[in-house]
Amino acid sequence: MTALPFADLLDRLDARDGAAPAVDPRALADTHLIEGEGVLEAWLDSRGQVPTDVTHEGFRLLALHRQGARGEPSFNACRETCRELVYLRNVALACEGDTPELRRTLRLQAMVLRHLALFVGGKMVESGLGDFCCSSRPVRQRDATPLQGD
Amino acid sequence: MAKDTDGKDLKKVAYYPGCALEGTGHAYNRSTKAVGKALGLDLVELKNWNCCGAMEVKNIDPKIQTYLSARNLSIAEDMGFDTVMAPCNGCYHNLKKAEYDLAHDAGSVEVNARLSGKAGHNTYEAGGVETIHALDWIKRAVGEEELARRVKNNLKGLKIANYYGCMYTRPRHIFPEKDQGPGSESTAKPHYMDDILAAAGAENVDFPLKTACCGGAHSLSDSDTSTRLVLNILETAEACGAEVIATECPTCHTGLEMHQVRAEEVLGRKTNVKILYFTQLVGMALGLSQKKVGVQENLSDPRDLLRQKGLG
Repeated sequence: MTALPFADLLDRLDARDGAAPAVDPRALADTHLIEGEGVLEAWLDSRGQVPTDVTHEGFRLLALHRQGARGEPSFNACRETCRELVYLRNVALACEGDTPELRRTLRLQAMVLRHLALFVGGKMVESGLGDFCCSSRPVRQRDATPLQGD
Repeated sequence: MAKDTDGKDLKKVAYYPGCALEGTGHAYNRSTKAVGKALGLDLVELKNWNCCGAMEVKNIDPKIQTYLSARNLSIAEDMGFDTVMAPCNGCYHNLKKAEYDLAHDAGSVEVNARLSGKAGHNTYEAGGVETIHALDWIKRAVGEEELARRVKNNLKGLKIANYYGCMYTRPRHIFPEKDQGPGSESTAKPHYMDDILAAAGAENVDFPLKTACCGGAHSLSDSDTSTRLVLNILETAEACGAEVIATECPTCHTGLEMHQVRAEEVLGRKTNVKILYFTQLVGMALGLSQKKVGVQENLSDPRDLLRQKGLG
């Protein structure tokens, strides 16, 4: 298998999966968000952009995504991934006590984060596939090249 | 019910299967037609249809893709239809995108007119034909109540993660009928497949990756990324308690099945969740046999599980 960006993060997520509970499992929900921000920061860095420090709907992760999606977030195939990360963080924080439901929520949040890292990492490796989302590239493009022979 | 909420008669619609449904997505084609027949709905295949342009043409010249899709819409119009049903997410997306471009982009209109003239067929103009997905078709032409009435083999006890893939809802602006409040489809949290399968008795699990990318476009250039993305989708579905992932796109379906095998071979990570087209599940709920809906063609081989659940 080829090496991917974010290998450290992916290894960390693997190590956490099934590991003994942390002292404060709720803190992990915010850690996942910060790690997600790190993924989007790397993506923006790779495109020569300075990652924003502002928040959107209360979350920097969503602001970073909007920054990367260049004003049209619905184009972008990880829009819902980012929103699910935030949603699951909120669900985790709403859980009372260290319950199986909280553990399950944190595990799902980690899996969503893994998807974000794999998706963004894959696009960074294969940038020729499109401007982040393979279905968005043509819609973003400038006017098509003139047809030959007309 | 064959008329939808807009009063449109969807009992008989034009059918655009697209290339994938004649190849790797054959079971989707087969089960879609079988479900239509079982529900008393007619699908009339477009005559002499062509590729929608898929990903390849779009990435070279989006206006050519618009023309290719518009030609299919012009055929539907010539055949007297105002609705074309495209079950493949890629085709559905491209036909919707062509509709949008022809309504908003003068350059696309000009190229389409020029190429249509050269090819010698009618020039399609925006607004002539509505493109719908197979999910819209069943939801709008039949509806959950009627579907539930027709169920012979309830899917009760079958835990399903509904996977819509990335092209069914993106980008939002080419789907003006979505996000229109109660009853309409959501681009952020699509639910039509959930609604349909719930009507057939299934237990849908809350699945956070329902619109996540399956890595389809990576499949040839970077299979490892696709395998990792798919493995994560499969493991997440299992973590949600799903026994089955229901699909509505031949590219996603094939990707999930192929990389499920590859993940086991290359990464040593085995997953047991089965992958079925939603039309196969609806078909079996309607009393059709496993063979009739093409289950024997599925790589993830769900036959034992389905037998345990009393299906087919």
